[in-house]
Amino acid sequence: MADFSNYLNSNLTPGQAGAHLWVVIYILIIFAAVSLAVIAMNWLERKILAHMQVRLGPMRVGPHGLLQPIADALKLLIKEDIIPENADKLVFWMAPLVVVITAFTTYIVIPFGPTHAVTDMNIGILFMLGVASLGTLGIIMAGWASNSHYPLLGSLRSSAQMVSYEVAMGMAAVSAILMTSLRGTGVYGIGSPTADAIGTLSMIEIVRAQMNQHVWFVFKFFPLGLAAFGIFAIAMVAETNRAPFDLPEAESELTAGFHTEYSGFRWSLFFLAEYAAMIAVSSIAVTLWLGGWLRPFPHWLSGDAWDTAFSIFPAFTFFVLAGMALRTTVRMPKHPYFKIQKAGLGVFGLLLGGIGLVLLVPPVRDRVQDIYWFAIKVAAFMYLYIWYRGTFPRYRFDQLMRLGWKFMIPTGIGVLIATALVGVL
Amino acid sequence: MPEDKPDQKPASPPPPAAGEKPAAAAAPPKPAGEPAKPATPAKPAGPVPQPWESEMVERFCRRFGSGIDPKTYLGQNYIVADPSIVYQLLQMLRDSEQFDYCVDVTAVHYPQRKDQEFDVVWILYSFPRNERVRVKTMLKDGDPAPSVVALWGTANWLERECYDMFGIRFEGHPDLRRILLPDGWKGHPLRKEYGITQQDSEWVKLNLGIESGQ
Amino acid sequence: MADILKSEQSPSSVEHIEAEKGVDQPFLDATELILNMGPQHPSTHGVLRVILKLDGEKVLNTECVIGYLHRGVEKIAEHRTYAMFNPYVDRMDYVAAVSNGLGYCEAVEKLLNVEAPPRAQWVRTILTELNRIASHQLWLGTHALDIGAITPLFYTFRDREEILKIFEKYCGARLTTHAFRIGGCLYETYDGFEQDVKKFCDFVTPKVDEYETLLTTNRIWLERTKGVGVLKAEDCIDLGVTGPVLRASGVKWDLRKAQPYAAYKNFEFDIPTGQNGDTYDRYLVRVAEMRQALRIIRQAVDSIPEGPIMGKVPKVMKPPVGEIYHSIEAPKGELGYFIVSDGSTQPYRVRVRPPSFVNLQALSKMVEGALVADVVAVIGTLDIVLGEVDR
Repeated sequence: MADFSNYLNSNLTPGQAGAHLWVVIYILIIFAAVSLAVIAMNWLERKILAHMQVRLGPMRVGPHGLLQPIADALKLLIKEDIIPENADKLVFWMAPLVVVITAFTTYIVIPFGPTHAVTDMNIGILFMLGVASLGTLGIIMAGWASNSHYPLLGSLRSSAQMVSYEVAMGMAAVSAILMTSLRGTGVYGIGSPTADAIGTLSMIEIVRAQMNQHVWFVFKFFPLGLAAFGIFAIAMVAETNRAPFDLPEAESELTAGFHTEYSGFRWSLFFLAEYAAMIAVSSIAVTLWLGGWLRPFPHWLSGDAWDTAFSIFPAFTFFVLAGMALRTTVRMPKHPYFKIQKAGLGVFGLLLGGIGLVLLVPPVRDRVQDIYWFAIKVAAFMYLYIWYRGTFPRYRFDQLMRLGWKFMIPTGIGVLIATALVGVL
Repeated sequence: MPEDKPDQKPASPPPPAAGEKPAAAAAPPKPAGEPAKPATPAKPAGPVPQPWESEMVERFCRRFGSGIDPKTYLGQNYIVADPSIVYQLLQMLRDSEQFDYCVDVTAVHYPQRKDQEFDVVWILYSFPRNERVRVKTMLKDGDPAPSVVALWGTANWLERECYDMFGIRFEGHPDLRRILLPDGWKGHPLRKEYGITQQDSEWVKLNLGIESGQ
Repeated sequence: MADILKSEQSPSSVEHIEAEKGVDQPFLDATELILNMGPQHPSTHGVLRVILKLDGEKVLNTECVIGYLHRGVEKIAEHRTYAMFNPYVDRMDYVAAVSNGLGYCEAVEKLLNVEAPPRAQWVRTILTELNRIASHQLWLGTHALDIGAITPLFYTFRDREEILKIFEKYCGARLTTHAFRIGGCLYETYDGFEQDVKKFCDFVTPKVDEYETLLTTNRIWLERTKGVGVLKAEDCIDLGVTGPVLRASGVKWDLRKAQPYAAYKNFEFDIPTGQNGDTYDRYLVRVAEMRQALRIIRQAVDSIPEGPIMGKVPKVMKPPVGEIYHSIEAPKGELGYFIVSDGSTQPYRVRVRPPSFVNLQALSKMVEGALVADVVAVIGTLDIVLGEVDR
C-alpha cells in the first residue's frame, strides 16, 4: 500500500517506478479511454463525413445519433458469429485477437504526459514501430484463414503495403530521433542553439528534447523536419489501411478485403483495432514531431500568467462542447416525441459542463493539461483521417507501391542525410 | 399466371398471342420481304416496300444478280439476300461500301413459313456515309447462318444472344454458347412456339430447388 | 480463354457444382487465380458477374456472365399491344427510363407513319435531356465511388433529386416514368414547368463545376483514370461501342446530330469528344455532355411551341405490316428498336438494341493486362445498367 501512495509523489511513469498496481491501473485506464475514443471516433467519423457529404449522418438513435455507436456495438455483439466451413478455424479465431492485441500493446509506451505512460522504455519508438507492424500478421492470418479469394487478395495487398510503408515510416522516424541529438537550429534559426543534445529512442525523452531545444521537431531545420513529418504522416495513413490507401479492404474492389468473412464480434475487433491503430500512429507522429504533451509556445509565452491561461483550455473546451449540446437542446423540435432525447441531450450538456468545472480545479487542471494537449493534437490527426476519406479516391496497388518505393523511401533517405548534414555543419 | 394462357404445350404454329391473328398471319410474311408480291398488299392502307435504287445497289446487283432484292420501306433501306450469298454481301458492304459498324444482329421467327422459318437481320451503319442498311436472309429452321464475327467484333455477343433466343447456329462463331439464359437451359424462348410463361422446369428444379419459378 | 472458365459454367447443375468445387484444386501449384466477381459485388453495378483470371493482381482474362436480370422483355412485347408495352421499356435502362420511352414511342410512330406534334417533340427533348443529366450524374457518383471517392456520390444524388422532382411533378413517377405515349405526350406540362426547368438549369450549372473541382485535377483521380481501359476508335467501331465511350475515343458521332430525331435539329449544341479513349476522357466527355444537355434544355424551354401535345393516333393501334428500325442517342449509346408488325394490335417482334449490352462486350478488351482495381474502374466507366444488358 505504501508502494501505491508513494508512486503519486514520484516523477516517474509507473513502469519505471516499479509500481505494479499502478501499471495495472494505467493499463485499464488506457484501455477504457482508447475504447471510448474509438466509440467517439465512430460517431464523429460518421457525423463529420456526413456533413462533408451534404447528409446528416446518424440522427435516430439518441439526439443527433449520439447513442448510435452504442447501438452498433450492441448489434455487433449479438450478431450471429459465422465461421466459414472451410476456414482454418484456429487461425480464423486468432487473427482478430492478434490484431487487437498488437494495436493496444503499442499504447504501453505512448507518453500522454511526462509521467502519464505505462512505462518509458529506452527503446520506446523501436518498440512501437515493431509492435505496430505486427498487426500485419493478424491481417495476413485473417486473409489466409478465411479460405476465400477476396480476403486473400486483401491480406496480400496489406502485407505488401505495410512492409513498404514501414520503411519510409522508419526513415522519417530516424530523422526525428537524429534531431534529438543535434544541436543546430538550421538556416532559419528556429529553436534554441544552446540546448543540450541527447540522442534517445525513449518516447518521453524525445518530447523532453523538443522542450529543451525550444522547438517542435516539425519546425526544426525548417523544411527538413516538415518533410520528414510529411512522409510520416502519409506513411501512417498507409500503415493503418485508411483512405486513400485502404486497398486491403477496398470495398468497391474486394468487397471488404481481409475481413470479408468476418461478422459480428470478430469483425468489431478488427474495427476496434483499426481505430486503435490510427490513434496509436497519430500518437507517434505527435510525439516525434508535434511536441507530444507540450502546450503551444512553452518558452515564448512562458510565465505564470500564460501557464494559467493555457491551463484553462481543457475546461474551456468542455464548456464549448457543453454549450453546443445545450444550444442543440434548445433548438430541438418542440414535438413531444423528442422529449426524452431533449432531456438526455440536456443532461449530457450539463455533464460536459460539469466536467469542465472539475477541470478548473487547480490540482486537476495541472494534472490534466498534458493529456489535454496530447489528445487535442491526436484529435487533429483523426480529423485529417476523416477528411482524407471524404476527399480522395483510392490509389491503385501498383501506384501505391510506386509512391512508396520510388518517392517516399528516397525522400525519406534524402531527408535523413540532409538532417545529419545540417546538424553537423 | 393468368394473363395469357399458361401455355402448357404450345403447338408449333400459332403466331403471337391468342385471337384475331390468324387472318393477319396468313398474309403477312410479306414484311419479311417476300420479294415476289409487293403489288398485292394485305392492307392497302399502309405504305408498301418500294424497290430501292441507288448506285450501291446497282453494284450489288451486278455482282449477285437475282440473289438479292433491295427494298425501301418508310425511308429505310434493306436488302433481302439469299442465304448462300449473304456473307459475301455483308463482307462487300463492310469492305468496299464502308459499312463499318454492325448495329445489331437479330432474328424473327415465322413458324408458318415453310422452310423459311427464320429471318436473320443484320442492321448496319456507315459512319462515313451516315447511312443505315438492313440485310435480311431467310433461313430454314436448323440451317446455320454465317457468322460475321470476323467482320465486326460486335457480332460476337449479338450472335450468341440470337442463338440463345432462337437456336439459330452461326457457323464460324468462335464461342457459340448461351448468353442470357443459363447454359443448361432447354428451349429458345423467342421462338413463337415457346410460351410466354414457359420454363425449363427440369432446370429450375435441379438448380433452384423449387417446383416452378412462377 | 474460355477453356478454364468454362469449368465455371458447365451445363448441368451437378457437373456445375462439381466443377465449382474443383476450381481450387490446382490452387497451390498454379500461378493463376480465378476470381469470381459478382453477381453480388459492390461495384458490378447490379448483377453482373465477371470471372477474372488473375496472375497476382494482373488480369489475364475476363469472362462476363450476364443474364441474371433477364426478364424476357422482347418476349413480353409479343404478347402486349403497342401501347401496353410502353411502360415495360422503362424497366430496361431504369436510370434513363425517359430515353427508353422516347426511342420506343418514336419507333412505333414511324411504323404507324405518324408524327408527334411539335409541342410534344419539345417536351420530349427537354425531359430526355434532363434524364441524360440524371443518368450521367448517377454514373459519375457511382463511378467515383468505385474508384474510392465517396463524396461525389452524394453531391450528384442531391442534384439528381431535383430532376426527379420535375419528373414527378410532370408525370407522377420519378424513376420509371412512362412519360411519353405513342403519338405524343399524355400530359400537358404543368404550370410552372418552364420555370422549374430553368431554375434547375441555373441550380445545376455551378454544381457540375463542383463535381469537377473534386475530381478533374485530383492527382489520385488522374492516376486512377488516365491510360486506364483505353479503347481506340477502331476498336470502338469494331466492337460497336457507342455513346460517350465512342466519343471519348475521338469519333465525333452523335445520333442527335447524325440522324436528328425529336426536336434536336432545332437546337445548337456541340458534341464533346476526347482523344485518348481512356477512362479520364470518358469522364470529361460525360461531364461536358451534362453541360451540353443543359444548353439544349435552356434553348428548348425558351422555345416550346404552342399547340396540342398529343397527336392523332387511333385508339387501337394496328400498324401496317412492315418493319422498322429506329434508334436514338440514349445516355449510354445507341438505343435501337427493331419492330416487326404483322398488322395486328400486338407487335410481331420487338428487338431492342441495348447500348449497355454491346458496350459491355468491350470490357474484356479494355481490362486485359490491367489490375483488379482497373476492372472496377472500367466497369464503371462503361456505364452499364444491368436491366438493359439482360433485358
